[in-house]
Amino acid sequence: MQPFRKHNGIVAPLDRVNVDTDQIIPKQFLKRIERTGFGEFVFYDWRFAPDGSKKSDFVLHEPRYANATILVAGKNFGCGSSREHAVWALADYGFRAVIAPSFADIFANNSLKNGLLTVRLTDNEMAEIMRRAGSTQNYQLSIDLEKLTVADGRGFSASFTMDDFARHCLLNGLDDIGLTLQHEAAIAAYEAKHPPLAEIGAILPILR
Amino acid sequence: MAPRTLFEKVWDAHVVTEPDGQSPLLYIDLHLVHEVTSPQAFDGLRANGRRVRQPHRTVATVDHNIPTTPRGLPIADPIAARQIEALQKNCREFGVPLFDMDSAEQGIVHVIGPELGITQPGMTIVCGDSHTSTHGAFGSLAFGIGTSEVEHVLATQCLQQKKPKTMQIDVRGKLPAGVTAKDLALGIIGQIGTDGATGHVIEYTGEAVRSLSMEGRMTICNMSIEAGARAGMVAPDETTFAYVKGRRFAPNGKTWEDAVRAWRALGTDPGAKYDRVVTIDAASLAPFVTWGTNPGMVVQVNARVPELNSFTQESDRRAAEQALAYMALQPGTPIEQIAVDRVFIGSCTNSRIEDLRAAARVAKGRHVNPKVRAMVVPGSQAIKQAAEQEGLHRIFVEAGFEWRESGCSMCLGMNPDILQPGERCASTSNRNFEGRQGRGGRTHLVSPEMAAAAAIEGHFTDVRKWQFS
Repeated sequence: MQPFRKHNGIVAPLDRVNVDTDQIIPKQFLKRIERTGFGEFVFYDWRFAPDGSKKSDFVLHEPRYANATILVAGKNFGCGSSREHAVWALADYGFRAVIAPSFADIFANNSLKNGLLTVRLTDNEMAEIMRRAGSTQNYQLSIDLEKLTVADGRGFSASFTMDDFARHCLLNGLDDIGLTLQHEAAIAAYEAKHPPLAEIGAILPILR
Repeated sequence: MAPRTLFEKVWDAHVVTEPDGQSPLLYIDLHLVHEVTSPQAFDGLRANGRRVRQPHRTVATVDHNIPTTPRGLPIADPIAARQIEALQKNCREFGVPLFDMDSAEQGIVHVIGPELGITQPGMTIVCGDSHTSTHGAFGSLAFGIGTSEVEHVLATQCLQQKKPKTMQIDVRGKLPAGVTAKDLALGIIGQIGTDGATGHVIEYTGEAVRSLSMEGRMTICNMSIEAGARAGMVAPDETTFAYVKGRRFAPNGKTWEDAVRAWRALGTDPGAKYDRVVTIDAASLAPFVTWGTNPGMVVQVNARVPELNSFTQESDRRAAEQALAYMALQPGTPIEQIAVDRVFIGSCTNSRIEDLRAAARVAKGRHVNPKVRAMVVPGSQAIKQAAEQEGLHRIFVEAGFEWRESGCSMCLGMNPDILQPGERCASTSNRNFEGRQGRGGRTHLVSPEMAAAAAIEGHFTDVRKWQFS
C-alpha cells in the first residue's frame, strides 16, 4: 500500500451530503474483475450525460479543479454499498484524501486499505474549506498525517483525529495481512479451542 | 463478570488477540463470498502465494449479476459471464464450496445462509456486501466488508477490527395491523437518519421485535446498514431456535441441545449498558414510502411529499431539493397520488417466503394495472420452489406479475433487470439512491404488501384499507 505522510494539493468542493458509493462508482462498472482502471468511471452519472458527453457543470469538469487531489464533501460520505471499487475509483482518478464531517464505516475502512486518507473535520471547518475552494483560484491544502493537521497557508488551519493504529498503518503503508499473519500462533490456538459447531465444509459440495 | 450486551458477548468470544498498539484481531466463523467483490481478493492471494486458510468456513454463490431469466439460457452480457467464470475458477483453485448458477441451493447470499442453517446464533459472519447485517437477526455479529478485507479473511480467517459502539433500538408496544417489519425499518431510519447509527452495532429489542418472525427480523437487521450501523442484532429466542432446527447444516442430536444451551446465554444481561438508546413507539408506525434518494427520506403512505421549508438544516433542505428534482416530484404531493411504472418484489430485504405470501395475499384475484410492469424475484431457488408448491406463482402470474429466477436482480440493476430513464418503481429493496435500479430510474422503497397494492392500483395506496379474500 502507498504510504501517506504529507500531501499538498488542489481541493475540489463537492457540495452534497450523503454521497453514496453508487454515485461514486455506478453498478455497471462493478463487473470488471481488475483492481485498476476505475478512475475514468468515478461519479460517472454525474460527470457524463446518457450519450457519454461530458457534463461541463459538474465540479470535477471545471478546469480549475482538473488536477484536484483532495475532495471535500458533506456529511456521511461513502454511505451505502460496501463496494471497494468506490475507493479504487477515487484513488485511480488521482485523489489522495477526502475531507468530510463524517464517513460511512465501510468506506472509511476500505480507504484505509488503499492509502486514501479520510479526514474528519467539523461542519464549520468543512464549510469554510468549501467556501475557500469555491472563491479562491488554485485553492490548495496541505495535509500532514504525522501532525494530524490541515492548513492552506492563507489563515485556515484545523486539526483532526484518527485511530492510532490506522494512522500507523497509513504512515508506513503496511500490508495488514502480513501483520495478522505474525499472530499465526494465536490464531491456531484459537482455532484449536473453537471447533465449528457444524462442519459446514465437510458436507457442502466443492466444485472440482 | 460485569453484565454484558449480546454484542459484547459475541465480540469477546471471538477476540483472538489484542496486540499492543493494534486493533483487536477478531476470528470470523463464516465468510460468504459472491462474484462481484471477490475476484480481486483471490488475485491478491495468488500474487502473494497465499491460500484460503479455512475453505470450510467459506461459502460462495452467484447472485449479484446473474440474469433472472430461465437458467438454461446463456448469459448475454460477456463481462458478467467473465465475472461468474472467475468465481468458478477461484473456488476450484482454492477449494471453496460454491453454490453455482444451476444449483438447487443458489440464491441471494443473505437468503441462503439462513435457509441452509449455515447462519447460526453467536457467530461472526462477514461478506463483501453491506447487507451482511441481515444475519444479525440470529444473534450473530454480521457485517459487510470491502474487497481488501475479503482477501484478509480468506488468508487469515481474521479481521483487525476496532470495537464498535453499541446502540439499543427498543421498539415498544405492538406493530399495528398492516404495518410490517419493512415499515419498522423505514420508520427507524426516518427517525435517526441514514448516518444515525454510524460506528454502532444496533441491538433491536422490545415487544414488537420479539413478535417478529425470523423473516421480519432479517428485514430490520438487513436495513441496519441504511441507518449507517456496522451491524444489527436480535437476541436469539424460541423463534430463532425453531427456525434453525432441522435445517441442512444446523447442529443436530446432542450437538443441537448443546448449541441451544449456548445460544440461550447470548442475550443481553440485565443491567448491561449500551452507548446509546433509541426508543420507538410501535403504535405510531404506518406503512412507509420513500420520496427521495436515500432511505431516510421517507413518510407514511397517507402523508405528502414534504415542503422544503420543513427542513431546519440548510444542507438537508438542499439535499431534499436535489432529491425532488431527481425524483420529479413536487413538494406537497399526496403520496397516494404518485403513479408507478414498475414494481419490483425481491432483494435480500424482502424476497423470503413470508414476503411472497404477503404480496400474494394482496395480488390474489386482482390484476396488475395495465400501465405497470411488475416482477417477483424470489430470493433463492429453495424459496422459488416452496412458493410454487404453495401455488403462489400461479396467483402472481394470473394477476399479471412476472415470476422470475432467483438473484439480486433489480435491487442494484447489475443484471438486465433495470429501470429505464424516468421510470418510477415501487420496490421492496433497500436503496433508493440515484440510478441504483437503472440510470435515471426513480425508486420508492416499500413493503411487499405495499408494492403489490401499488402494482394493482397503478399508484401508491394504503394497503391497510384493503379487504382480502
